[in-house]
Amino acid sequence: MKNTPVIEIADMHMIFPGVHALKGVSFDLYAGEVHALVGENGAGKSTLIKILSGVYQRSRGKYLINGKEAKICHPLDAIKEGISVIYQELNLVSSLSAAENIFFGRLPAKGGRVQWKKLYDESRKYMEMVGLSISPRTKVQYLSIAEQQLVEIAKSLSLGAKIIIMDEPTSALSPKEVESLFKIIAQLKEKGVSIIYISHKLDEIFEIADRITVFKDGAVVGTKYPEELNEEQLIEMMVGRKMEDIFPDRNANLGEVLLDVKGLTTEKVTDISFHVRRGEIVGFSGLMGAGRTEMTMALLGMDKRLEGSVVLDGKEIPPNSPLIARESGMGLVVEDRRKGGILPNMSVKSNMTIVSLNQVTKGISISRTGEEDVVRDMIQRLKIKTPTMNQLIPKLSGGNQQKVLLARWLMKRNLKVLVIDEPTRGIDVGAKAEIYSLMNDLAGQGLAIIMVSSELPEILGMCDRVYVMKSGKITGEFNREEASEAALLEKAIH
Amino acid sequence: MNSQKTTAKSVFSKIKDSDILFLVIALIVLCVIMSLTSQVFLSERNIMNMLRQVSLTAVCGFGLTMVILLGEIDLSVGSQQAIAGLCSVVTLNATGSIALAVLAALAAGAGVGALNGFLVAKGKMNSLIVTLGTMTIWRGVAMVTTDAVSIQAAYPDFQTLGTGYVGPIPNGVIIMAILFVAIWYILRHTTFGRYIYAIGGNQEASKLAGLPVDRMRITVYIISGVLTMLAGVLLASRMSSAQPSAGDGFEMTVIAAIILGGVSLNGGIGGIGGAFIGMLILGVLENGLTLLDVSSFWQNIARGIVIILAVYLDEVRKARLAKKIVQEQKDHLKKEGIAA
Repeated sequence: MKNTPVIEIADMHMIFPGVHALKGVSFDLYAGEVHALVGENGAGKSTLIKILSGVYQRSRGKYLINGKEAKICHPLDAIKEGISVIYQELNLVSSLSAAENIFFGRLPAKGGRVQWKKLYDESRKYMEMVGLSISPRTKVQYLSIAEQQLVEIAKSLSLGAKIIIMDEPTSALSPKEVESLFKIIAQLKEKGVSIIYISHKLDEIFEIADRITVFKDGAVVGTKYPEELNEEQLIEMMVGRKMEDIFPDRNANLGEVLLDVKGLTTEKVTDISFHVRRGEIVGFSGLMGAGRTEMTMALLGMDKRLEGSVVLDGKEIPPNSPLIARESGMGLVVEDRRKGGILPNMSVKSNMTIVSLNQVTKGISISRTGEEDVVRDMIQRLKIKTPTMNQLIPKLSGGNQQKVLLARWLMKRNLKVLVIDEPTRGIDVGAKAEIYSLMNDLAGQGLAIIMVSSELPEILGMCDRVYVMKSGKITGEFNREEASEAALLEKAIH
Repeated sequence: MNSQKTTAKSVFSKIKDSDILFLVIALIVLCVIMSLTSQVFLSERNIMNMLRQVSLTAVCGFGLTMVILLGEIDLSVGSQQAIAGLCSVVTLNATGSIALAVLAALAAGAGVGALNGFLVAKGKMNSLIVTLGTMTIWRGVAMVTTDAVSIQAAYPDFQTLGTGYVGPIPNGVIIMAILFVAIWYILRHTTFGRYIYAIGGNQEASKLAGLPVDRMRITVYIISGVLTMLAGVLLASRMSSAQPSAGDGFEMTVIAAIILGGVSLNGGIGGIGGAFIGMLILGVLENGLTLLDVSSFWQNIARGIVIILAVYLDEVRKARLAKKIVQEQKDHLKKEGIAA
C-alpha cells in the first residue's frame, strides 16, 4: 500500500450549531482495501460518511481523491467520483423492478422509449457480479433485505463505483447471508474496489477489515491493523475508559411495587407482565424490533390495549387513555427526540413546562415569574447548558435537549414512573455520564424508572432488574447479579 | 436567565430580529405611497372605512390564524359566510330579534366548526381535504336552500350592526379590536395558547407528552367557525341581506393575509400580530387602489404580486439569518483556535 490513497482526509472539521461533530479527523483509504470505521453512536462516523458522499459540506479540512483536491458539493458529484453509499435503510423504490432500480434515472432509451431488453441484459450482468440470481423484472418489494442490499451493490457497480461505503450492512441479515455478503466483498476487493465498512459487530470487523479506524467524540482515536489488537483493546479504544467509570454506584433502596402490569396485549406486543418498585431502575433489553418501544406505547395508552391491566400506585389505569396515564403520574422520554420529543418551534422554557403548566397557572394565565422560577431551578439542577431559557431548543446539543426533556417530566409534581427510551442515544460520553448519575439520583428520590436500551453496557451498568424482549414478548427476567451480556443476548436471540 | 435586565439595547435587538418588523416597515411604506398619491387616503373617514373593511377579514382571520398555528387549515370559511348570512337573516325575518339572529349564526358556526374539527381529529383526515369538502358542501347548501336568490332582511335595524358606529369608530372595528386583544392574550399567556403552538410545532411529540391534541383541534375549529360566522353576520348586515354567493373566494384572501403576516402554513410559527399586519397591508392596498380608480381586476393582479413579493423578501430575510448562524459557527471555530 505504498501508492496514492484513493481517499485522503486530513484535519477535517465539521461544525453544526451547538455541536462540534468532527474535530480534526484524518483518514485514508487505498484501492482494494476494506477499511472499517467503529465507534459509539454519535462518535462522528456518519458525519464523515456524509462529508465523503457530498451530503454535508465540511467546515474545514483537506479532502483528496486520488491525490487531487475533491470538488464535491453535492451527492451527485460524489457519484461521479465513483463514491457510493449503501445506507442502513436501503434507498430503493420498492414498487419498481430490480433492473429499474439499478438503472434508476438512467434507463437506456432510444427516442424517448425505454429499451427494456437492453435494460434487463445490462442489469443481469451487474446482478451476476454480485451473485444475485433472480429475474431483473422482480419488483424490489418481493425481495429479502439481503437481496435488496445486493441490488444496491449492483447499482453502485453500474454507476462505476470505485469506493463503496456500507453503513451497518449486516444488521438485518442472517448469518448465512452475512457469509455470502462477505464473499461478494472479497470479490469486489479483487476488482480493486475499496470499501468503507461501518459496523458495531466487532467479530465481523476482525473477519473482513484490512484496517480499523476508531472514532470517539468526533475525533479519531487511532487506525490499527486487526492483527495489532484484540476485541477488548478495541472496545477500550472506542469507549476511552473502562466502562465502569461512567456509571454511578447503584445503591438501590427499593420500596413497594409502584407499577404492576399484567398480561398487557396490543396488536404489537403480547402478554407483557412486569412490575417496578419505588426507587428501582428496571431495564428492557432486546434486539432492534423486539417490541420494546411498542411496549412503552402500550403502557402509556398510545396503542390500543386489547387485554391486560396496568395498576399504578394501587390505581387501575383504564385502557386507551393516554391523558389519564400522564395525569396519574407516568412520564415518557421518547427514543426519537426530534420526531417525538422536542417542540422545535418553542423555547427551552416552553419545552420544559408544557406538561406542568397547571402548576404555574394563576387564574387563566401562566404566571411568568412562577414559570421562570421553576425553569431556572431545573436548568441549575440538571446543569443544562443554554445561553438563556428563551433559546429555541433545536439550538441546544443533543445531551442538553435530552436533559430538557427529562426536566419536562421531573417538573410534574405527581410523577411516579418515568419511562426513558434509549436515554443516551446520540449523546456524547460526557453527557451520558451526567444522565446516568441523574437517573441514579431520581431513583434514590423514590421514582420508579423504566429504561429501554439497546446498549447492553448501559443496561448492565444501570439496572436493578432487566427484562428481555423478543418478538413482542418478554422472554427473560434477570436481577442485577444474574445479568450478563451473554445471558441477555441469549434470551434476545432465542 | 437575566430576563429582569432589559436594557434599551436588548429591546432594540429584539425588535430587529423580530419577524414583524419587516412587515411593519412594509405597511408604513405602503401607507406613505398611498398618502402621496391620494389626498383622501389619510382622511378620518377613509381610514375608518378601510378599517371596517379589514375588520371583516380580521374577525374571521383571527380564528383561522389559530387553526393554521395548530398546523391545520380551513378552506370552508368563505362558504361559512354564506351560511352565516342565511342563518341570521332567516332567523331575523322569522323572529324579528337581532340578538337571536346573531346567536343563530354563531351557533351554526360552532356546529360547522365542530364538524370540521371532528372529521380532522377523530376521522384522522387531512384538514385540506376535509375543509375542501365542507367548503363545497356549505356553498351547495346555501345555493339549494335559496335557489341561488338573495334574501332581504325584513328589519332595517339589522343593518346598523355592520354599518353603525360607537362614537367615530365603526362597530366592526370595535369587535375586531376586542377579539384581537383577547386572542393575543390567549395565545401569549394561557395554557390553551401554549398547547396550540406545541401541537402546531410537533403534533407527534405533543401526543406523546399527553396533551389533549384531539380536543384542542376540535375546540380551535369551533372557535374559528364561530368567528367566521360572526364576520359573516357583519357582512350580511352591511348588505342587509343574505347572499348565497357571499364570501366566494374569501378563504384565499384571508389565508393569503395570514401567510403574508409571517404565520407558517406548517404550524407553530407566527402570531396574531403579524397576521393582523398582513391583513392591514392587503386592506391598505385594496383601499388605495380603489381610491386611485384601479379596476378590481387589476387589484387582483396587484394583490397577487404583493403576496409573492412579501413571501420572497421573507425568504431573503431568513437566508440572511441562516448566513448569520454560519458566521457564528466560523467565529466559534476561530475561538477554538482552529480557523483556516
